[in-house]
Parts: sequence; structure tokens; C-alpha cells
Amino acid sequence: MKKIIKLLKLLKLPVMDGFQILITIQLVIFSVFMLLPIVYIFNHALKPYSELFIYPPNIFVRNPNSQNFNELFLVAASSAIPITRYLFNSVFISVGSVVGITFVSILCAYPISKHKFPGHKIVFSIIILTLMFAPEAVQIPRYLVVSKLGIMNTYFGHFLPLLAMPVSVFLMKQFIDQIPDELIQAAYLDGAKEFSVFLYIIVPNCMPAVATVAILAFQASWSNIETSTLFMQDDEMKNFAYFLSTLTNNLTNNVARQGAAAAAALIMFIPNLFIFLFFQGKMITTMAHSGIKGSEKSGKKSE
Amino acid sequence: MTMLSNLGKRFKRFFSVIWEYRLSYAFITPFMLCFIAFILVPIIVAVGLSFTYYNAIEPPKFIGWTNYQNLISQDLLFLKYALPNTFKFAIITGPGGYVASFILAWLISQLPARLRKYFSLAMYSPSLTMGIAMSIVWLPLLTGDRIGYLNSILLQIGMIDEPRLWVTDKDYLMNSMIAVSLWSSMGVGFLAMLAGILNVKQDMYEAARIDGVKSRLKEIWYITIPAMKPQMLFGAVMAIVNTFKSGAIGVELSGQNPTPQYAGYLIINHINDYGIIRFEMGYAAATSVFLLILMYFSNKFCWSLFGPKGDEG
Repeated sequence: MKKIIKLLKLLKLPVMDGFQILITIQLVIFSVFMLLPIVYIFNHALKPYSELFIYPPNIFVRNPNSQNFNELFLVAASSAIPITRYLFNSVFISVGSVVGITFVSILCAYPISKHKFPGHKIVFSIIILTLMFAPEAVQIPRYLVVSKLGIMNTYFGHFLPLLAMPVSVFLMKQFIDQIPDELIQAAYLDGAKEFSVFLYIIVPNCMPAVATVAILAFQASWSNIETSTLFMQDDEMKNFAYFLSTLTNNLTNNVARQGAAAAAALIMFIPNLFIFLFFQGKMITTMAHSGIKGSEKSGKKSE
Repeated sequence: MTMLSNLGKRFKRFFSVIWEYRLSYAFITPFMLCFIAFILVPIIVAVGLSFTYYNAIEPPKFIGWTNYQNLISQDLLFLKYALPNTFKFAIITGPGGYVASFILAWLISQLPARLRKYFSLAMYSPSLTMGIAMSIVWLPLLTGDRIGYLNSILLQIGMIDEPRLWVTDKDYLMNSMIAVSLWSSMGVGFLAMLAGILNVKQDMYEAARIDGVKSRLKEIWYITIPAMKPQMLFGAVMAIVNTFKSGAIGVELSGQNPTPQYAGYLIINHINDYGIIRFEMGYAAATSVFLLILMYFSNKFCWSLFGPKGDEG
């Protein structure tokens, strides 16, 4: 159906030259390849058992039903903790992280970009430097820090380690750089205080960056298993992604629970897709300012 | 006396400047606290622990360079599997995913604006399935019996005569890992590059055409890439980080930890193996530091490619 719509739109565009049509055809073929696993997960989740293991396998479902979802809830019901608890944890942690990361990042990016306080260059070059490191590499010391802080087995153990996201501060700072200084100066002249400048000028003007950071933050926290595996001992504190990973243990060549796992994967995937669809236009706008430019390099050298 | 009062004055001036900016510092405090606690301190602790023997029960014992010496001279698991596997994985998925992102971004940028949205969504959506969902998406496609989609297709067209164990055979696991990683590599870096290409001013191309740049390939090389170097660098940094941090993928695909005959064993797996399973934290920390250094030099290399040249900085 989508393809037909695409084709119709294509026909309405007289400006496409031969080269563009060639590219379009190539990209359509490639997109089908890229989207195949995703189309497939939708179908797989709705397949009854009789269709899951037939030969030759079919990508598209013939008799869609909700059997897999029922099984998923059944699997969870037989364990001590209901699946709704995992889902609640996931939603709670993700919403909290998205709000937290966005707020903390924009709060930090604003002075770095506009105040030029002593040391702002050093702070920013450290952020650039850590952009290049993955926290996964230092999991063990992170574990030690979390246990020393006494936030093991609490929701803080889920939130706080995610809160420091150098990429989001970086994107925010680059975006705030585009806001003209005159706008801020004018507000000062009108007698605005720092907080009102922040609330009424900076925040409304960098909504695209906020949306982008929100997407990235959601992706990071929604599918995060690290905090659940390492920092949570009680099962009722773990999130849905972790529950999913227990379902898929030894899934290879294993018939049982494949349907339930597919249903769970769909539940994992859908929020990501919707949030991205919702914000994606803003994301491209922000990314235009994402470049790492010259001044930071010199800052990095002096650091 | 005058010296002292001078020093005092300078201190006073310094503090008054700091005081003047107190709000700025207050603004960055929440981030900096988390940053210090969960990024900076862990890195410092990792470096510190890497010189010790620490089993998480007794206090750490200083043993100098021994961990590093063992790592690069005696640890067969590391030298025979983790290191070569990581290099193979990183060299193909890092630059491969990066180049693919750029080519796709460029192709999409050549299309009318209305179509761009759909294609960029199609390319980006695989990276939405990152983490655990990825293995579920791919497992049934790569399952080892004839029900697996890949096997069934290849059997039907006669490329193979018996099903292959794509994710549990040591000869295929690494290739499957690379394929899946490449599939999901059109992430943030891809969007950055797409935005960067779209931002290049049209009159630059027109000027170049007057100067005799004819082919599109030359346009890319002489105009597009130099004009979007900052985005290229951002994309490269993202590609490197994503490449080196992936470790779980082999375990997820094969469903076994460690992966069959260590075929998909990466440095991250090695760190987790020693840190979480064997509780040799000091040794795990030394491996982490090694990985961080590896990441740093890969990034350095990209800075030298796309960073501003000496006279600009």
C-alpha cells in the first residue's frame, strides 16, 4: 500500500530527471531490504503456532491472531512477577530518563554556549572527549560507584547513570549556538532575569534539539538492559527489556516461546517507532548543527 | 607583605569572577555531578584498578604493570580471539557502516524533498531496534534449520544443499554479526550526514560548475565533503563508539555465552567475563583501559582526516 502511495507521489512530480528516477528505484529496493526484518516482526508476532514453523516459511501472516500475546502474558503470569510490573518499570524509567536527560542537558548546554564563564572551554572539551568513549567499557567501575552511592536496587540506580549523556549536551550546545546573542541581550535590557531568559528564550528556541535529545534518551533507556542486569538484584525492579532478554535466552533452535518473544519484541519496538515518527522532522533540523567544528579542536588541544 | 596582599587581591578578583558567574555554575552542576560520578570517576577508577589485583572482596593490592603484561603477552583468550575478532568486526562494520551511511545520505539528498522523508525513515528504522529486540528480529531469519528464512531461500534457489548454522557455527557467526551490525548502522551519524549534505549551499555547486567541475563524483569530493567536514567527523565519532561498544550481539545471536568456540568473542565480552563472572576486577579494568585507548586512537585518526588543519585551528 505504501509503495503505491509512493509511486503515486512519484508520478505527480514532473521535476525528476533520469538520474533521480534511477536513484529512487535503487533506494526503493534497498529500503525493502532494510525494512524486511521489521515488516517481518510485525507479522511474526501475529502468527499462530501452526504458521510459525511451516516449511517453506512465509513472511506474511495468513490468519493473524493474538495467541502469542496471550502466551507472553501467560509466561509472565507463571513467574512471580506480573508482566505489567516490568512494563510499568520500563515506562516509568523511560519517561523519567527522557525528562531528566533533556532538562539536565539543556541546563548545562545554555551557560556553556552563552555565558562564557571561566572554564567553559575546558568543560566543553571534556564533553567532546567523552563523546568518543562508550560507558560500556567501564561497566565494572560504574558498578562500584553505584554500589558505593547506595542506589543499588532503587529507581535512582536506573536514572542517574543514564543522566549524564555527553551526546545530548553536545547537540544542545551546538543548537543554542545558533540563537542570536542579540535576542538574549534584548531580554536582559527588558529586565529579564537569568531564569526567565532560560525559560522564555532558550527553551522555546531549541525545541528541535529538545525533541532530538528526547528521542535519543528514550532509545537509550527503553532498551537498556545494563542497569537492570548490573545494578538491580530484585526482579521486581528490572525493566521490560531485561524480561525480554530472559525470554530469548537459548532461543536459537528452540521452539518454545518463540511466539512470545516475537510479541515482546513488537512491544519493545513500537514505542520507538512512534516517538521517532512523531519527532523525526525536528531531528533533521538539529542534526544540521551537529558538526564538530574547528574551535573545539583548539579547545581540545589546550586542555 | 605587599606580595601577600597582591596574592590576596588576585584571589579576591578570581573569586569575584567566579561569584559573578555563580548562576552559570549552578546551571551546569546537575549534569556535571552525574558526569563526574558515572563517567569521569569510573574512567579514573578503571585506570587505578588496572594496576591492582582486586577480587571485590579483599582490598585492591598494587601489582604494577603485571595486568598489562599478562594481557598483551599471556592471555591466549584475549590474543587469539578477543583482539583479532574485535579488529575484524571493527574494521568492517566501522568504516563499512560509515561509508554506507554517507552514500545513502547522499543518494537521498539528491531526491525531491517530499521523498527524502520516507527514505531516511526507512534507513534509520533498523537502528531503532537496537539492543535486545535486534536478536529477535534476526534470529528466525538466520535459524539453523530449513525453517530459517535465509536457509529456506538459499535451499530453494540451490545455492546450498543443506541448511547452514548461521549463528551457531563458528565459521558463520562473525559474518552474521557483521551483517546485522551493518544493517543497523544508519543511526544518528547517518542523520547528521544527511543534514550536513542538505546544508551545503547550492551556489557552491554552481561556482564549481563554472570552474569546470563536471561529474557528480568530483562534486562530492571537492565540494560536498569539504563543506560538511564537521558532520563527517561527528558521524565518524558515532560510528567508532557504536562499533567498539557492541559486544552483546554475538551472545544474543548465538544464544550462548561465551559464543561457540569464541567465534564472536569481542573485547567487551572479555571485560565482562573477567569482571562479572571471574571477579578479577583489576584485570578487567586493565582490559577496559586498553579498549579506551583503542577508541581514543581510532578517534584521533578520524580527527586527522576530518578535523580542521593546523592553520585553521
